Amino acid sequence: MSDPGVKCVVWDLDNTIWEGILLEDACVRLKPSVREALEILDRRGILHSIASRNDHDLALAKLREFGIAEYFLYPEIRWDAKSVSLSNIKKNLDIGYDTILFLDDQPFDRDEVASVHGQVWCLDSCQYLEVLEHPRLNPKYVTRDSALRRRMYLDEIVRRKEEQEFIGPKESFLRQLNMIFEISEVQTEDLARAEELTYRTNQLNATGEKYTVESLDTLRQDGRYKVLVCELKDKYGSYGKIGLALVERKPEAWNLKLLLFSCRVLSAGVGGVLLTYLRNAARQCGVRLLADFRDTGHNRMMRVTYMVAGFAERERCDNGLFVLENDLTDVPSLPNFLDIRINVNWNES
Amino acid sequence: MRDKIRAMVESNLNIFNANVEFSDDDNIFRRGFVDSLFAVQLIAYLEREFGIRVSNKDLDINNFHSVNKMVSFVERKRQAGDGDGVAGR
Repeated sequence: MSDPGVKCVVWDLDNTIWEGILLEDACVRLKPSVREALEILDRRGILHSIASRNDHDLALAKLREFGIAEYFLYPEIRWDAKSVSLSNIKKNLDIGYDTILFLDDQPFDRDEVASVHGQVWCLDSCQYLEVLEHPRLNPKYVTRDSALRRRMYLDEIVRRKEEQEFIGPKESFLRQLNMIFEISEVQTEDLARAEELTYRTNQLNATGEKYTVESLDTLRQDGRYKVLVCELKDKYGSYGKIGLALVERKPEAWNLKLLLFSCRVLSAGVGGVLLTYLRNAARQCGVRLLADFRDTGHNRMMRVTYMVAGFAERERCDNGLFVLENDLTDVPSLPNFLDIRINVNWNES
Repeated sequence: MRDKIRAMVESNLNIFNANVEFSDDDNIFRRGFVDSLFAVQLIAYLEREFGIRVSNKDLDINNFHSVNKMVSFVERKRQAGDGDGVAGR
């Protein structure tokens, strides 16, 4: 398997972002075209962070002075080993080590990180411009959601902070977020994002199947299928398109061939909401509701999501696929902390 | 074992609702207290605490929907020897 695309570039500061050492020279200068490199990657949906041994306040002030501070999420400016900083960044962004590129001019720091996190791609920072051309930094599609990715993570930081400060039951917290959950039939402009979701989402993909823009476009125009996308918004902003479902419609049964969610919305419990909606819709249309599941070794969360929504194993196929079925009884009501909007027409084909 | 499982479920329910009452036979899923995120944590807890391994085949809501169901599920798994070698880890 080829190496996965890079989701975050972690930069050193001294002699990487700028020439010189800040504590020795307060007038350090940005390396050539660093600003442009940051911006190019930002537009591709690739995040930035920092792992630097430096004076925290001084370094941040310098980044602000250069006008590039806002590019960096969860910057780690501290005196610890850089492997510790990488652990923290990984945890805060909730991404895999194999999706991180670490740029540092010091061989010692690169080796230290590599010895602890073998999957992190460590590179001499003098290559910061050449590496922009590397396939791992060039996602196949750049969508509206990728260009907004940093914004969404910034919203998330505010959200987490407020959640920590909020005293009281979780449901009241969720209610005051004014969440809107929209389930729609996929539109042409959503196709690239839909493909991106199937490639980026491993833990929350019920079959592990990947779909291309072309295949999704064909399915969308095929009356036997419905391709549904979900969007979640709250008072801080939109999470973008965060869920995808492919429903194969046969006269007697609907079969969920694909169900996936972005890990950004894990805690909002929206997986259950989409399944509750589909259970009600299937019951109203008088059809059985089936779902495919394939154990990829990473996606137990989706099997459990199906289980909690009342799906039970019906059949085990030779190719490792499980077919689950919902008996469509005991469908719970939709949660009242969400405003749910539906743009799906099950009658037309 | 019953007390441990009950405490684990209670610790989650209290996040949502301060004074939830439920019996060891109540269906905690049907009452809407439990989302899939918690269900994953609950299953991981049962595996870790009681040294069993929950396979795909075991992922049936009837094994988990009440405290009593979970107790008898863990006992069955232990008798079947599924937990051997995992418990001491």
